[in-house]
Amino acid sequence: MIAGYMDKKPVIEITGLTKSFGSHQVLNGFNMKLYESETLVIMGKSGSGKSIMIKCLIGLETHDSGTITIMNKNLDKVNEDEMMDLRTEVGFLFQGSALYDSMTVRENLEFPLRRHTKKFGNIEDATSLVMEVLKSVGLEQAIDLMPEELSGGMKRRIALARTLILRPKIILYDEPTTGLDPITSKEIVLLMKSIQQEYKTSSIVITHDVDCARFIADRMILLVDGINYAEGTFSELFSSEDPKVKAFFKS
Amino acid sequence: MGVEGFIRSGLKDFLIEVAELSIFAGRFFKEAFRRPFEFKEFLRQCYNMGNRSLLLVGVTGFIIGLVFTLQSRPKMMELGASAWIPSMVGISIIREIGPIITALICAGRIGSGIGAELGSMRVTEQIDAMEVSGTNPFKYLVVTRILATTLMIPLLVLMSDAIALAGSFMIENIKGDVSFRLYFENVNSSLTFGDFLPSTIKTFLFGFAIGLVGCFKGYYCKHGTAGVGVAANSAVVEASMLLFVLDFVAVLLTDIFYDL
Repeated sequence: MIAGYMDKKPVIEITGLTKSFGSHQVLNGFNMKLYESETLVIMGKSGSGKSIMIKCLIGLETHDSGTITIMNKNLDKVNEDEMMDLRTEVGFLFQGSALYDSMTVRENLEFPLRRHTKKFGNIEDATSLVMEVLKSVGLEQAIDLMPEELSGGMKRRIALARTLILRPKIILYDEPTTGLDPITSKEIVLLMKSIQQEYKTSSIVITHDVDCARFIADRMILLVDGINYAEGTFSELFSSEDPKVKAFFKS
Repeated sequence: MGVEGFIRSGLKDFLIEVAELSIFAGRFFKEAFRRPFEFKEFLRQCYNMGNRSLLLVGVTGFIIGLVFTLQSRPKMMELGASAWIPSMVGISIIREIGPIITALICAGRIGSGIGAELGSMRVTEQIDAMEVSGTNPFKYLVVTRILATTLMIPLLVLMSDAIALAGSFMIENIKGDVSFRLYFENVNSSLTFGDFLPSTIKTFLFGFAIGLVGCFKGYYCKHGTAGVGVAANSAVVEASMLLFVLDFVAVLLTDIFYDL
């Protein structure tokens, strides 16, 4: 364990996670812990199982074996309603933003809010909440635009705002900078950092972007052949003499 | 693969599809009666489906009424049975032509729309996004659409039947100088409740089938954007096939019931 994490509680714990599609074994006993207010970056080559792992974590894919515990709840033992409640605590930023294209930005943001009356009550006018998260991502002026009127970077910001509106304790980012130009990528990474500081969230970031990882990671895991092959801070991994780790950073 | 292998694999695929569709239908019934109910989305879907199909269904119904009367008129006159035209057209349209033609048009118009819409939401991860935000996408997207088609198709059929009869009357009025009152008295006197009830009940089944197949194809859409086209296309083809099967079963049951 890396120094400094001994006194922190894990908010997510994965033990021995396996997942296969037919004869193709994608995850092969993956283990991971995410601690409070930590940003964990998971890197690995395409097809190494990063996206499948994060989808298992949020219940979009079922795992074959192993355990996933989120905020002390074992995913195998929660019922449908508990899973729905748990999902309000775990935000997910999709690679393609996944904004609802038939709704305006305001409706996109209000949509999850209005479905969680248990957590937020019956909200008559959600404008102040919507404006608050739009301000966090710097896009207050986009409130009445349709997703088709937004650029790639703006879509990513609005998707992040939609994630934030449920006040999650954990945010999962799936390739947050993929498909964006270097300047917009940097803006998104800065935004992720500021959100982490403002909302005190714990985050898992799946990325190929070494610059993003360097800037944002408190800790990193290198995923190779479905297992956590190497673990440490960015500088520890970046200066590693292990041939597979070296090869990854060289590529 | 030989012919036998081809048939085996085709039969297996067909049975798998039927089983999956049945499970999907089962999930619909399970979710439809569970809270929370998405009334707003249901009403929005009803409005979209009804309003956007109104013109197409109306024009088609009117032309069917016109053409049917024009085509049958010479033969009926030859047989000296022109007075029976309103009854014949009325029974044919109410019992069979109105429901099946309107349902087929709606399978093309509404079924493909649902397949494409849900398919594109699936491949752009919008359905996954709903799920991870703690919303039940099946309830919000599928239940509301199936309920909306089940309610709106019978209403569209009723409208189409009325417009088809109006079209038929127009020809009778122009060619045979039949008055409005005489035409519709003839239609009414030949129609019984027994003609009207089974054909109305089967339109609810048609609506359910169109919504079910469209949602099933879109909700489980695969293979990216190409899959969206396949979902929309197969939604129309399979819904149309299912409509004919349902129609046959409905007519058979009605026939058995009348024999009793």
